Amino acid sequence: MSSVLTARHQHETMPSRVPVRSSPYDAGVGLASGLNAVVTGPAGAPVLVFLHGFLCGQAMWRHVVPAFEGEYQVLLLDLPCSGDADPVTYDAERHASLQGYADDVLRVLDELGLDDVTIVGHSVSSMIAVLAHVASPSTVSRLVLVAPSARYVDEGDYRGGFTTSEIEELLGVMERNHLGWQGPLSGLVAGEGHDASRAELEDSFCRARPEIAAQFAAVTFRGDNRSDLQRVTAPTLVLQVRDDAIAPLTAGQFVHQHITGSQLQVLETFGHSPHLSDPGDVVAAIRGFLSVPVPS
Amino acid sequence: MGEADLFDAAPCGYVVLGRGGLIERANAEFLRLVGAAGGDVVGVRTLGSLLSAGGRILLETHLLPMLERAGAVREIALELVRPDGQRVPVLLNASVHDRATQALLVVVLETRDRHRFEDDLLEAKRSAEQAREHAASLAATLQETLIPPNPPTIPHLDIAGVYRPAGSGREVGGDFYDVFQVGPNAWVVALGDVSGKGIPAAVVTSFVRYHVRALAMVHRDPARLLTALDAAMQANATERFCTLVVVRLERLDGQWDLSLALAGHPPGLVRRADGSTYELGVPGTPVGLISEPEFHTVGLPLGDETVVLYTDGVTEARSLEGMYGGDRLAALVASLPAEPSLISEAIARAALAWQSEIASDDIAIVTFAGS
Repeated sequence: MSSVLTARHQHETMPSRVPVRSSPYDAGVGLASGLNAVVTGPAGAPVLVFLHGFLCGQAMWRHVVPAFEGEYQVLLLDLPCSGDADPVTYDAERHASLQGYADDVLRVLDELGLDDVTIVGHSVSSMIAVLAHVASPSTVSRLVLVAPSARYVDEGDYRGGFTTSEIEELLGVMERNHLGWQGPLSGLVAGEGHDASRAELEDSFCRARPEIAAQFAAVTFRGDNRSDLQRVTAPTLVLQVRDDAIAPLTAGQFVHQHITGSQLQVLETFGHSPHLSDPGDVVAAIRGFLSVPVPS
Repeated sequence: MGEADLFDAAPCGYVVLGRGGLIERANAEFLRLVGAAGGDVVGVRTLGSLLSAGGRILLETHLLPMLERAGAVREIALELVRPDGQRVPVLLNASVHDRATQALLVVVLETRDRHRFEDDLLEAKRSAEQAREHAASLAATLQETLIPPNPPTIPHLDIAGVYRPAGSGREVGGDFYDVFQVGPNAWVVALGDVSGKGIPAAVVTSFVRYHVRALAMVHRDPARLLTALDAAMQANATERFCTLVVVRLERLDGQWDLSLALAGHPPGLVRRADGSTYELGVPGTPVGLISEPEFHTVGLPLGDETVVLYTDGVTEARSLEGMYGGDRLAALVASLPAEPSLISEAIARAALAWQSEIASDDIAIVTFAGS
């Protein structure tokens, strides 16, 4: 931790600009550990990578992962600036686009010697998965996109569900909810009687430094990955929720229509995180998709 | 009253959410806040769909996952959106009621006034940040006007100044120096230290520099100049005072003639060609401090000597071993070649190194020699 503290000290006014090149991760080793990458399941088995969405960390997958660990090698990680990821893994310049995150995922796979993997990506990470596949189709050979959206902002006939000004407003809400709290989001957790949960949450879950969270929000919600979809050649499952206030059905349908040969499965439920609200349905859908052999 | 009545009559918006955030029950206050009939909300809308877009994203990406994991969240500032687009700022608390059914209890309190207050606070925070940046850049600009980056080129004189502000260097310091021409062959070097720091000190620095320049045109004798400066400062009723050294250099018959007076300031350090050193000047009183000031001018025909003027930021630099002191300074100057720029730089470096590179006071040094 000492190197992190030093870096913070030197960049007091602009901690988010701590360059990764000055961190130990540039030596080509250790990004996997900086992102808390964990592999479970039998060695040699096919690989499933679960990528969490906006800021919340790998624990988002905890109700889904146990169903796969018997037959698959499961890789979980925290994206830079999310969960428990080492703060120095975040680089404002590199992570100014989702490609930076996709490159990180590929680097972790390379470090761990994993190939021919299926990425299950939720929300913004569905597009990170798409970009990782496009950059290295043989490394990332199948995709499961959970509640994906290639663009959150409406444009012409396209319905992403939000207007530009609504996305600006998100940053305002985030700022307002940091007001008056010592640590980002730490005040969100209930008080007495929940001390254990509080400690756990203050560790990691759904937390990020306010200014980094704001940057990630901007990259996520202002992004447009629609043109990347047609470059996907992997077998792809689009798993959409019928009533999702973040990624509307129209966004999922767009993704499905623009990835050749993809399957669309609509979960008849509510909310943006079916892996939390309806993990059984998500497990069943992924299992069904994986049981179909990859055409050679 | 039955429990259902208590729920419905609660003086806050109160809803029960089912899986995925679907509203399963809503009380009267909640329906009033969202401006909708129960039939249009219960079993039909998710809580997220009744929030502004920003709040919706926060709820779906943060709050629901955190609730699922930690069991409760509280004091979240959000906005409900009514069918007519009107917004109702609320604070939200929520807790898990039943993990099996994923039922959540959510209460919201209208916070229009508090919201406005927070808006004001956020605005004040933003403008405070802007003001701080503005002040820092003003201080830097002011600093640049007070410190000549390089002394002017003077025929037959080799002169070099160094200035290192204390601490982070963001605050305007009290040390200054100035080098200017007062006649066809005459120049004045002034180097001083105004008590205090920051803007008030900078105002005095600026006052002193201006008056030294003006008075130097009238008074050839440095002691007289200091007497007049003292009178000007006393008349200007400032609580601050200033120590300084004023040197007048006049080129006569191919030779520099030097006269020097001190006002509560360390003496000049003269380095002879053979490396030996001595102090030049008769101690005087600081200007602007006491009612009966005393200044004396000493003269020196400048041959191959090198003269060093410095502020107490050099000699009073502290380490665990004590102050840097005049003896170490003299020994350092004696060990260096007779080259002004090299001497000025070396002294600044040594004073900084003595206090582990963190200057507790400003450091100003001007060194000159005939050439």
